[in-house]
Amino acid sequence: MLSHIRTMWLVFLHLFRKKATIEYPEEKVKLHPRYKGRIVLTRDPDGGERCVGCYLCAVACPVDCIALQATEDEQGRRYPEFFRINFSRCIFCGYCEEACPTYAIQLIPDFEMAEYRRQDLVFEKEDLLINSQGKYPGYNYYKVAGMDAGVKAKGTGKNEDPPVDIHSLLP
Amino acid sequence: MTSAQHIWIVLGILFVLLNIAAGLIWVERRLLALFQDRLGPNRAGPLGILIVLADTLKLFFKEDWIPPFADRWVFILSPAIVVGAVLMSFVIIPFAPGIVVADLNIGLLFFLAMSSLAVYSIVLGGWASNNKYALLGALRGASQMIAYEVFMGLSLMGVVMMTGSMRMADIVNAQKEAWFILTQPLGAIIFFIAGIAETHRLPFDIPEAESELIAGYHAEYSGMKFGMFFIGEYLGITLISAMMVTVFFGGWLGPAFLPAWGWFFVKTFLFIGLFILLRASLPRPRYDQLIGYGWKLMLPLVLANLLITGAVLLLLKN
Ligand code: SF4
Ligand code: SF4
Repeated sequence: MLSHIRTMWLVFLHLFRKKATIEYPEEKVKLHPRYKGRIVLTRDPDGGERCVGCYLCAVACPVDCIALQATEDEQGRRYPEFFRINFSRCIFCGYCEEACPTYAIQLIPDFEMAEYRRQDLVFEKEDLLINSQGKYPGYNYYKVAGMDAGVKAKGTGKNEDPPVDIHSLLP
Repeated sequence: MTSAQHIWIVLGILFVLLNIAAGLIWVERRLLALFQDRLGPNRAGPLGILIVLADTLKLFFKEDWIPPFADRWVFILSPAIVVGAVLMSFVIIPFAPGIVVADLNIGLLFFLAMSSLAVYSIVLGGWASNNKYALLGALRGASQMIAYEVFMGLSLMGVVMMTGSMRMADIVNAQKEAWFILTQPLGAIIFFIAGIAETHRLPFDIPEAESELIAGYHAEYSGMKFGMFFIGEYLGITLISAMMVTVFFGGWLGPAFLPAWGWFFVKTFLFIGLFILLRASLPRPRYDQLIGYGWKLMLPLVLANLLITGAVLLLLKN
């Protein structure tokens, strides 16, 4: 009984505590740099698209909300023909970001993307692609990728040996 | 008092009560939120008071569904019973000298009778819903009512013995020297506990018990029928608070800087706040514990209280 009264008294004292509520539209929430919000497609330092259309993000996505079609330009560089994320299904888990081998797809600290029509939540490539390198400045996938796609010649990248002539007998 | 005056009083009391019941939606949410370090609804209107309007409109526009397997007429009737029964109990409450619907000489008895009628709405509602959770809620409601009604009545009898009258105005006037909370503290506490059980508010909301029975007896109700249960509950809180104030806390009596009805409302709202505090702080006891407390602890206590009161009264008389 006494413990009940003590509980009631302690709960009563909470009336005068500082409130935890953040009154959102007036007072913004502090979002940290690694907050998993809206998804963007980033570019490499030369301004080319980072995405190579490998489908790994689409496979990793637990709710299957990424759709894309890969294609190649004349230099043999792969890029997505279309890239579509249905944000009305996305659960912002960030698995796509983890799966991406090229740091192309990234989640950024922004969640204010409410829409009146559901269809407006389907973002196409031109909505997703931003003119920035996102969280990994200076990273260029094709510079380390071991293939010639107009960025560098084959075998001249960092940590990369020149190609071996498999027809030669000498080591 | 002319009959025109009387009708005005009746309408006025009805108006004030229904508005209080609706306003409690806001009061309860805000207070609960504050107790939990939140802010609660504060957007619609000044301090969020228009949430009441929004909530009522929402309830009106909700689909009012009557399950095909329900007992149709009983199902429709039972939400009305609770509001009706509780409003009937307010008939005997004197808000200020002269402002009372009917100053019956059996006032307290009338209150006890009417407030116990409210349990019919639980039992009928749960039974008519034809749903096992609702039925379980109704069963619990019925047995809780029997367990608590007994000592609820008895806890008030000490006051009746000291006043020698069941008329509410007499009871209030008998507290001019000392409020009955001072002479009947045990009766007051037990009445309050029984009152919580009577209004089936947390921690004694066993017939509803969201976490065990979904919503208990009103699991199948929607729209304004559910709203009626809601209003009935808030009216019940107001009723028990008003009874506490009238019987134990001197009713409209108080220093003259507030009018009589002002004192009454201030005290009543303090008790309503206490109800909400209880909801915020105490966990729900198990069902058998609740019934056990009722029969094994409260009933003997209240009988002892009655005995002692009687003995002291006799002693003083001689
Ligand atoms: S954040 Fe998760 S749900 Fe959203 S697109 Fe990426 S993998 Fe799919
Ligand atoms: S965003 Fe990344 S994971 Fe997805 S297709 Fe493009 S390169 Fe592959």
